[in-house]
Amino acid sequence: MNDMRIVERDVDTQAIKFDCENVQVYYGDNHAIKDVNVRIESNTVTAFIGPSGCGKSTFLRCLNRMNDTIDICRVEGKLSLDGENIYDRKVDPVQLRAKVGMVFQKPNPFPKSIYDNIAYGPRIHGLVDSKADLDMVVERSLRRGAIWDEVKDRLHAPGTGLSGGQQQRLCIARAVATEPEVLLMDEPCSALDPIATAQVEELIEELRTNFSVIIVTHSMQQAARVSQRTAFFHLGELVEFGKTGDIFTNPKDPRTESYITGRIG
Amino acid sequence: MTDVTAAPASPARKTTSLYEVSARTRRRNAAEKRFRFYGLSAVLLGLMALIVLLSSILSQGMPAFRQTYVVMDVELRADKLDKNGNRDPADMAKLTTFAVAPLIKQATQTVATELGSDIEGLTDKMVGAMISKEAPGQLLRFVRANPELIGTTQSFEFLANGRIDGYFKGRVTHESAEMDNNISVQQLDLADAMVAEGMMETRFNWAFLTAPDASDQRPEAAGLGVAILGSLYMMMVVLCLALPIGVASSIYLEEFAPQNWLTDIIEVNISNLAAVPSIVFGILGLAIFINFAHLPQSAPIVGGLVLTLMTLPTIIISTRAALKSVPPSIADAALGLGASKMQTVFHHILPLAMPGILTGAIIGLAQALGETAPLLLIGMVAFVREYPAAPPEGLFDPATALPVQVYNWTQRSDPAFFERASGAIIVLLVFLVLMNTLAIILRRRFERRW
Amino acid sequence: MIEEHISSVYDRELEAVQAHIMKMGGLVETAILDAATSLENRDEELAAAVRRQDLQIDELEQRINTEAARLIALRAPAAGDLRTVLTVMKISGNLERMGDYAKNIAKRTSVLAQMTPIEGATSDLRRMAQAVELMLKDALDSYIHRDVDLAQDVRVRDGDVDQMYNAMFRQFLTYMMEDPRHITGCMHLHFIAKNIERMGDHVTSIADQVIYLVSGEVPTEVRPKADHTAFITTPTEG
Repeated sequence: MNDMRIVERDVDTQAIKFDCENVQVYYGDNHAIKDVNVRIESNTVTAFIGPSGCGKSTFLRCLNRMNDTIDICRVEGKLSLDGENIYDRKVDPVQLRAKVGMVFQKPNPFPKSIYDNIAYGPRIHGLVDSKADLDMVVERSLRRGAIWDEVKDRLHAPGTGLSGGQQQRLCIARAVATEPEVLLMDEPCSALDPIATAQVEELIEELRTNFSVIIVTHSMQQAARVSQRTAFFHLGELVEFGKTGDIFTNPKDPRTESYITGRIG
Repeated sequence: MTDVTAAPASPARKTTSLYEVSARTRRRNAAEKRFRFYGLSAVLLGLMALIVLLSSILSQGMPAFRQTYVVMDVELRADKLDKNGNRDPADMAKLTTFAVAPLIKQATQTVATELGSDIEGLTDKMVGAMISKEAPGQLLRFVRANPELIGTTQSFEFLANGRIDGYFKGRVTHESAEMDNNISVQQLDLADAMVAEGMMETRFNWAFLTAPDASDQRPEAAGLGVAILGSLYMMMVVLCLALPIGVASSIYLEEFAPQNWLTDIIEVNISNLAAVPSIVFGILGLAIFINFAHLPQSAPIVGGLVLTLMTLPTIIISTRAALKSVPPSIADAALGLGASKMQTVFHHILPLAMPGILTGAIIGLAQALGETAPLLLIGMVAFVREYPAAPPEGLFDPATALPVQVYNWTQRSDPAFFERASGAIIVLLVFLVLMNTLAIILRRRFERRW
Repeated sequence: MIEEHISSVYDRELEAVQAHIMKMGGLVETAILDAATSLENRDEELAAAVRRQDLQIDELEQRINTEAARLIALRAPAAGDLRTVLTVMKISGNLERMGDYAKNIAKRTSVLAQMTPIEGATSDLRRMAQAVELMLKDALDSYIHRDVDLAQDVRVRDGDVDQMYNAMFRQFLTYMMEDPRHITGCMHLHFIAKNIERMGDHVTSIADQVIYLVSGEVPTEVRPKADHTAFITTPTEG
């Protein structure tokens, strides 16, 4: 059985979801991301690791244009989702974000009921026609978020009353409810205890069957556990990108080696 | 690694007992105790000032809520009131207070002969002066309203003269009456006798809250009705204008406006406007609304507009603070789900900021309610006896405002007006307390929803 | 490996476990040489010492395994550190086996000491043992210096040991065919030769580990194999 799992983890190359070429990001005069080239595959968990301030979160936020809200942020280069340049003038970031969902570091449920939290996305995007449809979407999303059994009896209780781990799974369920193609996760477990972390990690593995997941994490062990591909960022550069197993046993770049073995690099 | 060895060796540790308090600790504790004492004294001083202020206002103002009434029977003589005998309302309308004055005089004489026979030096004129000069007007209004009762004798409740009223409230005594031209000892004796007969009584003064202002000679008739209405109308104008304008501009500045020198200038100016003396807004209102736009003077609409200008910065600043205090993670969550900027603001940020916005708005309103200076400049200090009509037309009718009424009454000579001014201050304070309570209730309520 | 870990304790632990390997290596080297010497000199005391010494080697192996397991559990080593720990465990296993072979040689020495010596055989075995000991020394040196070239060299030299074994195999066959009374002694001697040849294989495995440690890849090219005895079906005339 273990062998089966190893074979499964070591995925064949999948279709390319995000194709990023020569991406540069500037914050005012600060060159935050330098010439990043990366191809992110569908149905794969890709982990971004690196020390604080290395640009991994910045790059993640470029992928659904969350950086647009920052006035001084400027993105150059080609970032295409399924062959369409997401920074094209014709692209409305609102539509992009429906396709590329996001889960944040701190669990941030809306101060509304659990039901309304999940229903919000489908409502604003007009994905449902009737109350019955909406009920179905909510249930499906909560099941996908692996939290249905815990909340099915109190769908109208406030989402903020859940525990931290439950809140984060609720946020994942909320992101999933809009049927995105890619799920971005910005350190989703950094505020959670180990059990809740394990639950979220298990969930990420399940989500891989339907979505392409990109996760930024400070925990190298987490990257090793959940991802099939790992990208190591350092000082705004993409130092190394490859299969997670290779990166963690035999990295090619000495900077990667220094970082993942806990040396001053 | 190497840092540990590089660190300087710590000096030899002295062994001390925890049971012994060192001199340094003792000094620190003493300093802390002193500081606590200073803080407590400051609080007590403030509290004392508040108590003195409140007790002085309450002791001076509470009597204004009680009023002495004289009950007497007046014969509505047909030969004086209706010479033609046809009860024609047109004729009634031509009646003046001169026509009814003799009726009252006759009634007072009856009282004087019944009760004042053993009071030495009591004249009929003195007895008549014990009743408010408002009495003929009151009688006249009754007759016009009930012409069919002409020819009968009716029991009337007249306001007692301000001095008599003051006697029962302790403001006038036998000693002070001897030195007062407006009141005599005999009148006070008669008043005592009338009270014994049940013809004179002191009770709660509803008229103080409902009646319009009265002239210098009739402090007992003066009320806050017009002032309360005027203040209410102005608050309506302020609420309808300042809240939407303030909230809309705050949302734009906080969530949509780009960060550049223009918005910086606007921000600085809003902060500055909040600190501008209110009288400046009065001058502005006078110049723009009255001299330029030719809106009527003394009208609540103009007062409301001026107060709106004055309240806007307060509302904008507090609204922006409330919007800022909404955690950005909520906005991130909504944007990450693909909500547009406006959906994010209206679905998530605004509801969460609502308690703060409402609190700010109500505090701004309370500030406007107590404002006097700008209203003086736009003529709201006028003597107004007519109630303004119902809004919206009423907004253009002359009216006064509570704080202006207070100011106005303190200017008058009769000490009864001073009492009324204190009473008006109490009314104003009650309104302010009510508004602040409302602010607290609203905040609690909105916060509990989440 | 010049850089140090942020956690200095981690560095010290890694060094400690590697120091054990060096100590173990030293003990095994001595055991090989002593076993060969005791055989040549028919020194039963030395042979007994070699057998006693093996206990220490076994204990060291146990200790290295425990410490390596502890390191994996507590430090979750990655990349180079992970390979270091894995290599340490494998090398200690190899060394322990070599210690066992040396002990086995020492046992047979006691038996052989009771028999008529076979001319030249023991000195040949000593030379073979010396060659293996030298290989082990170089393999351990290559481990310390992370020297892939030296490790490759060690791998190649295993061929020489195999050649020596082949030669002795034939020699012993000849002796046994010449005089059946030599059979018992020759069988023992042959096992000793086989033990030494196996030691060479373990040294080669250590060299493989060094290459994996440094490059992250297990050497795949077929190393020169010179032990052809498995294919010998008919005794060759000496």
